[in-house]
Amino acid sequence: MKSQRLVNRSRRKETRTAFAFLLLPVTVYLIWIIGPMLYTFYLSLTEWDMFTSPTFVGLANFRRLAADPVFHRSLLNNLKWMVVFITVPIAAGLSLAMVLNRKVRGSTFFKASFFMPMVLSLVVAGLVWSWLYNPAHGLINTVLRGIGLPQLARGWLANASTVMESIIAVGVWRQVGYVMVFYLAGLQSVNKDLVDASRVDGAGSWKSFRHVVLPQLAPITTVVIVISIIDSLRVFALVAVMTDGGPHNASNVLANYIYLTGFQWYQMGYAAAIAVVLFLLAFVFIVFYLSRIAREEDHA
Amino acid sequence: MPDYRSRRKVRKKIVSWIVFFTVLLVTTVWLTPILVALFTSVRDYDDIILRGFFALPEEVSFDSYFAAWRQGRMRQYLPNSFLITLPALGATLLLSSLSAYAISRFRFPGRRPIYYMFIFGMMLPLQILMIPVFGLSNAMGLYDTYIGLIAIHTAFFLGFNTFVLKNYMSTVPPQIFDSAHIDGCSELRIWWQIMLPLTLPAFAALATLLFTWIFNDYLWALILVRTGDKMPVTTGLASLQGEFVTDWTVIMAGSLVGTIPTLMVFVFLQRYFIEGLTLGANK
Repeated sequence: MKSQRLVNRSRRKETRTAFAFLLLPVTVYLIWIIGPMLYTFYLSLTEWDMFTSPTFVGLANFRRLAADPVFHRSLLNNLKWMVVFITVPIAAGLSLAMVLNRKVRGSTFFKASFFMPMVLSLVVAGLVWSWLYNPAHGLINTVLRGIGLPQLARGWLANASTVMESIIAVGVWRQVGYVMVFYLAGLQSVNKDLVDASRVDGAGSWKSFRHVVLPQLAPITTVVIVISIIDSLRVFALVAVMTDGGPHNASNVLANYIYLTGFQWYQMGYAAAIAVVLFLLAFVFIVFYLSRIAREEDHA
Repeated sequence: MPDYRSRRKVRKKIVSWIVFFTVLLVTTVWLTPILVALFTSVRDYDDIILRGFFALPEEVSFDSYFAAWRQGRMRQYLPNSFLITLPALGATLLLSSLSAYAISRFRFPGRRPIYYMFIFGMMLPLQILMIPVFGLSNAMGLYDTYIGLIAIHTAFFLGFNTFVLKNYMSTVPPQIFDSAHIDGCSELRIWWQIMLPLTLPAFAALATLLFTWIFNDYLWALILVRTGDKMPVTTGLASLQGEFVTDWTVIMAGSLVGTIPTLMVFVFLQRYFIEGLTLGANK
């Protein structure tokens, strides 16, 4: 009995100490992140111009969203971005990692070069590429005219049919090195004996990659896919800097539409409703990722 | 037999050269935008319009750098970025070392929900927070101040930091702390004098990464700072685009100057930087 009481007392003390450590960080987090998130849900049910107080309007904002072509366009563009991000940078990053993981001449320089775009801010990347895309004097059109393909030269960012792809290309330019780093780290933990054994057993390099290396990289691939999806939902700065969603919303994305609606047109309630949709899209993947971490915690 | 072997060797060599040149080609394409920015920044814009993109400049001119520095106000934006980034970096690391310590060392009711709350927040598309955080900053009188930006950066990265540091701290054998505890060492001292020194590599990796992320932030600077003389590099550069819309050489020069700090961090601390990226994923 006495020892049980002692255990209880030390448990209580442990709990108290833990909460003392958590007090400050958790408070800051609740005030600046979790609270605002919940407040966004509330705002999505109101009409608010930021100057008077919000008035409750129920689901009116969401009904308006359902019929809003700009919202549809933005949603579609985010999905387009997502499809590209979970295919192109992952395939390219994995290939580069496979090649550069071996002792290739100058592999350190190559790795650093692919990683370089990640170091630039999205604003700088957007500005530099806007200049490359410049219709009259930019590099891309100059080269196209120079090699005798003037019919391909166009206003890349001014055309509704090319603008989204042109911006996504900048995103890919930055993302490839990022993905490569993850796979390079993952390859460190791939069992080399298994790879060698498969080669001795007569598997070609593709077969041994497909059946021995790739399965061992599966955990990294999962993380990379989740990150790519979340990143494609977060897209904002590139669009804001390069086109501001134009021309005629052809390159608008949800985050930029939230910004325009809230901070240019002062329709905070409607902007919050768009934010809720963005949240729900991310929520699916967050829950998936959290359940994975919960499983690991159970094993620990 | 020897003939077969040498032929195989030659084939292997050819393949390795093909791989080398393919990678070299792709690398060149990858670096092109940055080289273009450099090349443009030392030219005269009228000369580009007149003689074309590829014409070799008659003289290398650093006028665009001076213009970006003075009229473009980079001389103001750059220090501002440091005044925002460094305090936020210190605050977020300090706070998250507290939460990570509590979650990794103690068992208490609510431990898991609190841990998952941090991870949950780290994965949120932060744009969903922009309206309430703007309202909150306004209400607290932090709109258009450095403190407002420092606060949101500190808070937002608590999630990622706690996640990474908790995993790292969990790898330290608990016996070390238990024996210190029995020797009468307070938990605060165990945290400061034993746990922090042991987990220093994780802090170094996180710090390089966070520096880049906070320094390169655009969204919060756009939402929370209005006055030009308080802007960091990112929103400052974006406003250059409006002012110097006719002169890309100034915009390129400004962009390059604004990239120097993060580039330095990357060049000198590359190892930590890359470790930081994969710390969270490679547990």
